[in-house]
Amino acid sequence: MKQVNRIAEGRLIDRDVPITFTFNGRTLQGFRGDTLASALLANGVKIVGRSFKYGRPRGIIAAGVEEPNAILQVGATPSTQVPNVRATEQALYEGLVCRTTNGWPSLEWDAMAMVGKLAGKMMPPGFYYKTMMYSQPVWHAAERVIRKMAGLGFAPTEPDPEIYDKINRHCDLLIIGAGPAGLAAALTAQPSGARIIIVDENPTPGGWLRFSDDQVDDAPARVWVQATLHALRAAANVEVLLRSTATGLHDGNFVTVVERCRDHLAPTVTQGLARQRMHRIRAREVVLASGAHERPLVYANNDVPGCMLAGAVSVYLKGYGVRPGNALVVATNNDAGYQAAIDWLAAGTGSATVVDARAAPTSSLVTRAESAGVVVIQGAVVVDVVGGASVKAAVVCDFDAQADARLGPVRKLAADVIASSGGYSPVVHLSAHLGHRPVWREDVCGFVPNPDHERLLFAGAVTGEFALGESLEQGAIAAHQALSRLGFDAPKSLAISGSESIGFALQALFQVPHPLPTAKAPPQFVDYQLDVSAAAIEIATREGFESVEHVKRYTALGFGTDQGKLSNVNGVAIAAKALGQSIKETGTTMFRPNYTPVSFGVMAGRDVGEFFEPKRYTAMQPWHEAEGAAFEDVGQWKRPWYFPRGDETLQAAVRRECLAVRQRVGILDASTLGKIDIQGPDAREFLNRIYTNAWLKLAPGKCRYGLMCSEDGMVMDDGVTACLAPNHFLMTTTTGGAARVLQWLELWHQTEWPELKVFFNSVTDHWATITLSGPESRSLLAPLTDIDLSPTDFAFMDWRAGLVCGLPARVFRISFTGELTYEINVNANDGLALWQALMAAGAEVDLTPYGTETMHVLRAEKGFVIVGQDTDGSVTPEDLGMGWAVAKRKKFSFVGQRGMMRADCLRSQRKQFVGLSPLNPSCVLPEGSQIVFARPQSLPADMVGHVTSSYDSPVLGRSFALALVKGGLDRHGEIVEVSVGPDRWEKAELRSPIFYDPEGARQHV
Amino acid sequence: MQRFSAFSLFRHALSHHQNWQRSWRNPEPKKHYDVIIVGGGGHGLATAYYLAKVHNVTNIAVIEKGYLGGGNTGRNTTIVRSNYLWDEAAHLYEHSLKLWETLSTELNYNVMFSQRGVLNLGHTLQDMRDIERRVSANRLNGIDGEVLDASGVKKIVPHIDITSARRYPILGASWQPRGGVARHDAVAWGYARAADALGVDLLQACAVTGFELEGDQLRGVVTDRYGVIHAGRVGCVVAGNSGVLAGYGGFELPIESHPLQALVSEPIKPILNTVVMSNQVHGYVSQSDKGDLVIGAGIDSYTGYGQRGSMPVIEHTLAAMIELFPMFSRVPMNRQWGGIVDTTPDACPIIGKTPVENLYFNCGWGTGGFKATPGSGHVFADCLASDEIPALAKPFALDRFYSGALIDEHGAAGVAH
Amino acid sequence: MLRIHCPYCQELRDEPEFHYSGEAHLARPDDPASCSDAQWGTYLYFRRNPRGRHHEMWYHAAGCRRFFNVVRDTVTYDIEQTYAMGAQPVKDEALLQ
Repeated sequence: MKQVNRIAEGRLIDRDVPITFTFNGRTLQGFRGDTLASALLANGVKIVGRSFKYGRPRGIIAAGVEEPNAILQVGATPSTQVPNVRATEQALYEGLVCRTTNGWPSLEWDAMAMVGKLAGKMMPPGFYYKTMMYSQPVWHAAERVIRKMAGLGFAPTEPDPEIYDKINRHCDLLIIGAGPAGLAAALTAQPSGARIIIVDENPTPGGWLRFSDDQVDDAPARVWVQATLHALRAAANVEVLLRSTATGLHDGNFVTVVERCRDHLAPTVTQGLARQRMHRIRAREVVLASGAHERPLVYANNDVPGCMLAGAVSVYLKGYGVRPGNALVVATNNDAGYQAAIDWLAAGTGSATVVDARAAPTSSLVTRAESAGVVVIQGAVVVDVVGGASVKAAVVCDFDAQADARLGPVRKLAADVIASSGGYSPVVHLSAHLGHRPVWREDVCGFVPNPDHERLLFAGAVTGEFALGESLEQGAIAAHQALSRLGFDAPKSLAISGSESIGFALQALFQVPHPLPTAKAPPQFVDYQLDVSAAAIEIATREGFESVEHVKRYTALGFGTDQGKLSNVNGVAIAAKALGQSIKETGTTMFRPNYTPVSFGVMAGRDVGEFFEPKRYTAMQPWHEAEGAAFEDVGQWKRPWYFPRGDETLQAAVRRECLAVRQRVGILDASTLGKIDIQGPDAREFLNRIYTNAWLKLAPGKCRYGLMCSEDGMVMDDGVTACLAPNHFLMTTTTGGAARVLQWLELWHQTEWPELKVFFNSVTDHWATITLSGPESRSLLAPLTDIDLSPTDFAFMDWRAGLVCGLPARVFRISFTGELTYEINVNANDGLALWQALMAAGAEVDLTPYGTETMHVLRAEKGFVIVGQDTDGSVTPEDLGMGWAVAKRKKFSFVGQRGMMRADCLRSQRKQFVGLSPLNPSCVLPEGSQIVFARPQSLPADMVGHVTSSYDSPVLGRSFALALVKGGLDRHGEIVEVSVGPDRWEKAELRSPIFYDPEGARQHV
Repeated sequence: MQRFSAFSLFRHALSHHQNWQRSWRNPEPKKHYDVIIVGGGGHGLATAYYLAKVHNVTNIAVIEKGYLGGGNTGRNTTIVRSNYLWDEAAHLYEHSLKLWETLSTELNYNVMFSQRGVLNLGHTLQDMRDIERRVSANRLNGIDGEVLDASGVKKIVPHIDITSARRYPILGASWQPRGGVARHDAVAWGYARAADALGVDLLQACAVTGFELEGDQLRGVVTDRYGVIHAGRVGCVVAGNSGVLAGYGGFELPIESHPLQALVSEPIKPILNTVVMSNQVHGYVSQSDKGDLVIGAGIDSYTGYGQRGSMPVIEHTLAAMIELFPMFSRVPMNRQWGGIVDTTPDACPIIGKTPVENLYFNCGWGTGGFKATPGSGHVFADCLASDEIPALAKPFALDRFYSGALIDEHGAAGVAH
Repeated sequence: MLRIHCPYCQELRDEPEFHYSGEAHLARPDDPASCSDAQWGTYLYFRRNPRGRHHEMWYHAAGCRRFFNVVRDTVTYDIEQTYAMGAQPVKDEALLQ
């Protein structure tokens, strides 16, 4: 297909490099430098989508990020699909595949359009709320249909093959926008030596200067832009980021800038090259020079393909050498509209008419237009469009703004493009991200950044200053102010001059009057993407939705992917008129990050997959992996769960492991337990305050179990703490609680008891901990150590230092299994060697590695709690039957003591820790099952507790469980019912939680 | 009240929709009301509605400093469920869920309550124990729910990644089929319209700046717009401002106000038909009828009334989404925003009397307020109508923070809201 | 994202290095045993939670591991000052100078 609308060369394209791409299965050609939108227009493509609600055909309106209609699906493979790409932003690359997403059976013949035509009238704003509310099933059926019609593009169906980067940056001055004001700011600031970053969303700098005929220092502005770019790039203190959008302004002058590194290239998955990169910039000062967007006029049928923005017409003509038609009608309320007509005729034959709402514009542009052959009709407006799938003619009326906007007789002007200019809306988005509401300026006829904004400086069109010379000057002044605040020297102005500017001389006009009242006129669209018309806004206000936020929410105005860039001001103006109040009184809705949408991928950066969160391994991990251990996630740790032999199941492996420990000896990697080294003359006193039990008398060489509560008296952690020396202790914590406990200790020390001389250090990673547990552990260990293991010299709850397998070690005789146990701590670097040495030495007694599951079974047989499994933040030491671990007579009121004396903690019938013997000994109750005293006759049932731990015990030859049960400590022997599934119950007997070796003889041997 | 129906839509289409009535009046305030509700969010409007409807108390004003439904009601991720662990919370939320199921009909306003089911994922063995415990409790409380394994999750959400390649592989989930999502704005508007029709005065853009006190007794509220308005009783339902209003009454609350953030993707074609929540990776997601993926983030750690939080929370949330759904990586995120959640130490609300006579508070819903809207309003209306605190509300009295009888939802259930 | 000046490290660092730690200057009652349940409940749970100037604690978890105080506006999120544990904030007058 020929590029029927391609004319002379465009400034941004390279006609020597043709590029082939596919649109809805049709193969088309464009040139390097084209955007997808310019290439589609060059090929005469008019319809690029179907509207959301009414299925109306839509064409390209704009040339930049503000485009609401040309939202395409891009991507050739299932994994590289990108939904909702704005064709105006997507650079053309060889082989690009794109398609429209709505329209069935085809884009040109859409069944939804018929529905829209017939039923559209029945779909005023809020029509969902007004119907289908009869019953849930009716609504659910309707919703299924509605959902099918919703949405724009398609998510990929396969994982993303590309990667994303983040880079953290710091600078003195961040300049957002490389238009004239931004470039002037950078140029002014550069000699100061300050670290400067300037970003722009476009592939080339210059902003609107790229498409204008303005002059800087009596040369084409484009020459100045190029020279400036070179100068900035050459400077060591300046970073220029193009194709980089400042998407959000956050607290602390933290600005997220997304650079589209490879979106303009075919998606080849190249190792190490990111598709997009987020620059996380902390800027000491920020200058916002984000420019302005032209907004359309709101007239009837203003969505017919061929209706465009006047400025966009100029961009396509000058930038891309595309003239999307022959007969142009420009509808304008300001001088800027004339430029499109002049450019149109400069590009070749054809006709151009300007319909100017103003009665007697005086700009030199008007004369220039007339002398260029443009037909100028003053005091008139375009009120309607003839044409369905494309513009055929503009319907024009004389218009007297002074005389109550009265319209004259209707006449038609043949046209295939209607370009409108309703003025310019400053791009205030980032200025509002921290909650500063933009304010209306009547003279600008737009919202400008809140003047009370103390964190940003502003320059150029975003301030409502649209003239070149003034923009350059503002840029220089903003840079000067920013740098002065930082103590840098910078000049107050730049010695450059912009060409004489023409004012806009705008006459406020938003919704163009129509001969019919708005409600009866053809739709006059305000928000194209969501099909919000002027009539819809009027209906909303009529129904009492008077706050601008209500109007937005009721009509969906501004909720599209363009976030109301084109529609905001028009919508507010129409609402204001309907409410009989000023735009200033009406105000604007707020803008939130992102300024333009960004992929999930770049927000996540590299923190996905294996980098989502760090994995923590112990020193013995290589051995565990080689042995084929199954792993369990505990906090960030990967812990061996069990060690299957062959194709053993979990149950079989655990059974084997349990019996090995009970009968012979097992080996456990306990390195993940939190370890905190505590030193200082007041360490002992500190422990006495932070633990519930007493610590003043613990002698060096001894260990003690400690219970830790929060101030509300609830158990928060536990572990064994050893006295290494009079002023030196080693505390262990639960695996998951290590960091929390350390912070807890620091909190109390630093904020409440700074007078105590004590220091804490996490040493979890310093030590590898290997537990030998079982009746044969002593005989296994004895020949491998110089420590005297005789029970008289090294008793239960003692610890000794010495050599194990030649390695310096601390050995703790503590037990979580109830068996004779030695916990051997060595330097983490020695952990693997020790493990291997022990395995070798233990071969003849079949030393059996066991994992967390076996550990859990063994400790449960002994009734030892696991904090976090058998407790849940609502359990006191008394509830656990561990009153013995609470030293009520300590002189100092330990943390949690007062909390556990509160009325509710002292009442009877609290849930208390018990053992459970299922009457059916082969039934392992599901952990978490709720317990009742008697099967309920009706619901809700009176639940009295739940199963916290439950296992099959090889050594008991039966199942057993631990539970929290109301009044459980006094109910041993009673039978309860356990809910093990819908209408399924198991009986169990309450009993002591200690199932095995209740006297504790085995650990004392 | 003008009735809404498909027929009314048709009829109004013929008159170009020019004859729709106002949804609510813009009344001038009276000098005295029997009850003033401070806060025109979903909870406050529901309270007014049920007071008028159930208790025939119609001399009511709802005073809203901004616009109706403009606070957390219009800023949340619209999840509705009742699968709470503790009896007290479960009963209250289930009461609410039952009201949700008939709400559109009740209000003659489609609140688009879509019962598409809610999955709470489990990624660790302890998660699965907690899930079993919660589902077991739900079952015995008469609340629907079941425990699914990973393949059961995959059946409901075909695009989720349940492979062991993930950092925290999915082991299973709890599944509440009756849970779902609703259209948040419509809830506020539906209650407002129905309350207005029963004679309730809705006073928007009017801020309460103090209380009119006589000793320990409350006589009315001071407003910026209308001065003092007298009232027999005042109920405050002002999420995000509870502490400030308590200050006017001279007392403190066990509440801290935190930013809670959410975000939406651009609209895409239906890809997710249920609500997926994960505590372990921190995030929850559903897809709106418009096609947006609606994603909730974790709570920001610090207190803040700025209706915005910190960027790293959003970044982490999207990483979590990709962890669950790797193909979402190329979906564009559209917009983020924040609300202010009033959190209590036990993640349960405070409902009932305050140290000031005639002043009642309903606050502290934390991240779980939206789903409670009908139930909260219904129960709070009971409180305000008589001096008797209803059984459903009793456990949520302020004095639990003295006695220690907390209902520790986050301690125990560990479920994101 | 907040950027916080650690008074110990004397550096302005990103928020993720720190943990928020609640209201500052809350002293544990000297004699908990003599507190009523109401007094103890107040100490445990009740907070000022102001809309505006807030004195709060932060913990430099990924830095010096020390707690310190921050005066922050809870509406604008502007940090007015940070100061060491045990110190008092600089008076406003002094700040103005």
